[in-house]
Amino acid sequence: MVNSYQFTANNVSETRQLASKLANYLKPGNVLTLEGGLGAGKTAFTQGLAIGLGITQIVNSPTFTIIKEYHGKYPLYHMDVYRLEDGYDDIGFEDYFYGDGITVIEWASIIKDILPKQYLNIRIEKSDDNKRRIFFEPNGDEYIQICEEFMANEYFGD
Amino acid sequence: MGEIIMLSWKKEMEKKLERLKTIDLKESVIILGIETSCDETSIAIVQDGHKILSNIVSSQIAIHKRFGGVVPEVASRKHVEVINVLLEEALNDAKLKLGDISAIAVTYGPGLIGSLLVGVAAAKAISFAKGIPLVGVNHIAGHIYANNLIKQLEFPLIALVVSGGHTELVYMEDHHKFEVLGMTRDDAAGEAYDKVARTLELPYPGGPYIDKLAKEGKATIELPRALMDNGYDFSFSGLKSAVINTMHNAKQRGEYIAKEDMAASFQEAVVDVLVSKTLKAVQEKQVKNLIVAGGVAANQGLRSRLKEKCEQLGIDLTIPPLELCTDNAAMIASAGYFSYLKGEWSNLELNGIAGLPLSP
Repeated sequence: MVNSYQFTANNVSETRQLASKLANYLKPGNVLTLEGGLGAGKTAFTQGLAIGLGITQIVNSPTFTIIKEYHGKYPLYHMDVYRLEDGYDDIGFEDYFYGDGITVIEWASIIKDILPKQYLNIRIEKSDDNKRRIFFEPNGDEYIQICEEFMANEYFGD
Repeated sequence: MGEIIMLSWKKEMEKKLERLKTIDLKESVIILGIETSCDETSIAIVQDGHKILSNIVSSQIAIHKRFGGVVPEVASRKHVEVINVLLEEALNDAKLKLGDISAIAVTYGPGLIGSLLVGVAAAKAISFAKGIPLVGVNHIAGHIYANNLIKQLEFPLIALVVSGGHTELVYMEDHHKFEVLGMTRDDAAGEAYDKVARTLELPYPGGPYIDKLAKEGKATIELPRALMDNGYDFSFSGLKSAVINTMHNAKQRGEYIAKEDMAASFQEAVVDVLVSKTLKAVQEKQVKNLIVAGGVAANQGLRSRLKEKCEQLGIDLTIPPLELCTDNAAMIASAGYFSYLKGEWSNLELNGIAGLPLSP
């Protein structure tokens, strides 16, 4: 059974803030998957992570190039695999997953066969036009620990 | 053995580069262009940077339609299958042989890495086997130089590059001197078109369908125009969300919104933002020349608004015809021509770079 941690974001900047805080708990080699419909805020969540990692470049949609790379405290690899339906051997995902950066994958269910065993799924659900329910769903001990630390420090601690 | 051959290729290039300095400008330069950055495979032959001798584009739209988007692996496999056929056709059309080619210009980014590599590998192989200089070209620079195939570029200029993957405002003082003034902070304009088309249940690619529907509808729905008074960056994600929300909410309430009206409203919002920022750049940089490039340049709504405004302001506007707005190798050959003349040649280590920036 996968643990789940639920958050509410009242608007897109709260989505970014949540992601930006989460970035402090991530380290190289971490893989995040993002699930949510068109316009749910997947790119916005990634923009928040980038802010948290001290990335100053514009983080825009990777739909066209599939993978975009940014450099901050750690490298950030932002992928959108929405259009990868028909095989994906050539992209070299493993180099990213087990590399020295943090990988964020939009529409990851399309490539679930090759995802690493442990990863953190972020599910974004629309409550209304602006409001979102955001779920952190850790897969594997490492990510449960990240979520527990995150909750302890950001929501119950201090 | 391999190293010796490599060395002799390098020596030959050095000799050719040396000869370039003494070249008589009356001597014609013939560039073979190769473009495989996304869903089109294209090979073209262009003389002196502007005269198209051949421009063969193998459109793969028919395959991609099934998926509602570009499928990179399908794309790169198709590139491999057709690239040799296209090369032969391009040479036949131009009535030339590889021996007549002065240089090979190839797109090495930005784009889908698997697709880029097919073109780059082909270009390197020909360069190596035939001892022909190699020039790596930025795909966005290619779109800008599509205009040079219509009319010689005059500097300084502002270029608005709008396509499925890009929305950029670029200032150019001279050939291959790019200053990116602004870019999209989220979705590209063409991407917003595709995603809104999906919401309106229109076929892929969505741009032409929205453009067509927009003419039949009225822009009666209020939609946001992001970052309107805020620099040169663009944002189309909020607009996309507004369309999705408006359609969704209407459906929930059992109300009917005509697709034509939504298309017209969306298009007007996009055109408002693109045109106002472009004209601001033209005025602030005090240029007299505006060029538009990329697939969205084919959009009738954008074209007619820009034309009207530029006539009022006395700005010289160039927009290539449709076949040169979308991905093609003639534009790559044209951009490559000016790099070739400058002696900015590539070596055999040239590699595809998915996120290649226009200006370093």
